[in-house]
Amino acid sequence: MEPISLKATGRGRRRLLVNRAAEAAAVAAAGIAIAALGVLVWSVFSRGVHALNLDFFTKGPALFGQAGGGVAPALAGSLLLVAIATAMALPFGVLTAIFVSEFAPRRIGDQIRLWLDVLNGFPSIVIGIFVFALCVKVKLPIVGWGRHQSAMAGGFALAVIMLPLVARATMEVLTLVPDQLREASYALGVSKWQTVLRVVLPTAIGGILTGTTLAVARAAGETAPLLFTSALAGQLVDWNPAHSVNSIPLTIFQYSEAPDEALHQQAWALAFVLIAFVLVSSLTARFLLDRSRRKLGATR
Amino acid sequence: MTTSAATLTRTRKRGDRLGDGVLYALTAAASVVGVLVVAAIVWRVADGAWPAIKVFHLAFIWHNDWNPVTSRFGARDLIIGTVVTSFGAMLLAAPLSIGIGLFLSELAPRSVRGPIGTLIEMLAAVPSVVVGLWGIYVLAPFDAQHVQPFLSSFLGWIPIFAHGQDKVESTVFTAIIVLTIMTIPITSSICRELFLGVPTELEEGAIGLGATRWEMVKTVVVPAVRGGVVAAVILGLGRALGEAIAVTQVIGNFTPLKTSIFTPGDTLASRVANQYQGAPSNLAVSSLIYLALILLVITLVANLAAQRVVKRFEFQRTGE
Repeated sequence: MEPISLKATGRGRRRLLVNRAAEAAAVAAAGIAIAALGVLVWSVFSRGVHALNLDFFTKGPALFGQAGGGVAPALAGSLLLVAIATAMALPFGVLTAIFVSEFAPRRIGDQIRLWLDVLNGFPSIVIGIFVFALCVKVKLPIVGWGRHQSAMAGGFALAVIMLPLVARATMEVLTLVPDQLREASYALGVSKWQTVLRVVLPTAIGGILTGTTLAVARAAGETAPLLFTSALAGQLVDWNPAHSVNSIPLTIFQYSEAPDEALHQQAWALAFVLIAFVLVSSLTARFLLDRSRRKLGATR
Repeated sequence: MTTSAATLTRTRKRGDRLGDGVLYALTAAASVVGVLVVAAIVWRVADGAWPAIKVFHLAFIWHNDWNPVTSRFGARDLIIGTVVTSFGAMLLAAPLSIGIGLFLSELAPRSVRGPIGTLIEMLAAVPSVVVGLWGIYVLAPFDAQHVQPFLSSFLGWIPIFAHGQDKVESTVFTAIIVLTIMTIPITSSICRELFLGVPTELEEGAIGLGATRWEMVKTVVVPAVRGGVVAAVILGLGRALGEAIAVTQVIGNFTPLKTSIFTPGDTLASRVANQYQGAPSNLAVSSLIYLALILLVITLVANLAAQRVVKRFEFQRTGE
């Protein structure tokens, strides 16, 4: 009597092999993506870390032909630009989200959501061109906005990029706030506006802040919107929002195409600073977001 | 006593009505501003492009000169370059993203799904200028020395893979790879959500009938979310079409375009980004804005199409 074999043969064997191959392909796809991230981060780290020192953070660019120098104006400029952008985008984003989730009829809410997604899909270079055509090329009566590049114009361009991100993130958190909380508040005779401001928003504040952090991380790395709005800058640290200021991404962009080897070094070092900021803040925000989502989900 | 209580309620009611009204008005106004920004973008960009539209009309789209001296501008090769780089990137990114989506939703052990998913999404957080910097100094030399000779030794008989005379570092091919890396996180995270949304009972049914995991994916998972995957790819395509900085850093900024992808080229967004340091004339500036307008129209159409597909797909799934 022949022993019974559990080994698949013929068609069954082929099916198992195909399955194995497909699984291997899926694993390989994920492996490629992670390898790309790994190689990218490692290249930036290994090339950028040497150029980091105190001068790099505190000094302006060296004069032509001299060694050393730093990127303080770019660091300060990025800080200023992102602060302006956040100050503009945060209130509008949060208010829009409150309207959609607390007041608007579903049909209108869907429309607003759709247009925010469209805005999010616009190429950032187009947003740069838009702000250029709106504030830089023409003269507006507002001081510091007209006719020339400025930190205000650059910040505004970044705000346009942040707005849909902040609004969509806030909407998502607001829908997670349990309806029982709102109903309990109404049952105590509290009006709608007080319910929104004193019950709904405080419950969602963690999620709103982390959503904003993700938007800030995105805006801090954007180059294209600044090309036409805040690119022609001086060599000194400048905090005046009416002046055009330098920024980290733009400096990387300019240095990366410069002929000078020392500038490439600084571009890598700046890329390291930028990538460290962006990755750390988005990882932290994501972690906190998951936690607050779970907390809200648990009370549901 | 009773009267004062009644007055109190009355004033509170009035205050509440006022508060409700104010908050409603404020939030509605903010929402209107958000939508108005979209309209303002379309209006200002179209307005800025108007002088160039008046001179070149629609012929701008199929003319190919870009000559500031004679003031002749045209977008043909830039449009072709944009289409070639983004479609090339999606040809590579789509299968990879679907694979990643399947890995994260069906294959990977639960404990590693979260961390690996996060790592892949972190790829989207890397600023494009950093990807571009890496593209110039790490990827482009590697491509020129290893990948391109390898590919053209196999496929060189096809004109688009033909090898140039010498090793060029800035090429359309490198731009395609850069765009692939940048679109994978978007497309793959949507794919993962789609695959996770397929009802487990259906999947278990297929497995219960003796299907292998791959057969289950092929017959149950993929048919259930086909439209969604198309939308995910279109959204990735939208990102690739509009990417300016990383592309302009690696593509070489050169027109007229040649047949082979191992030569320099240019795209709409890349040309706009590259000319930021000052275009020589008003007509040149306006022509650049015309390029941005073409880009705006293309991405608007792509995004609205993707949204529609997603909508219809959600409708099918939830039956609402």
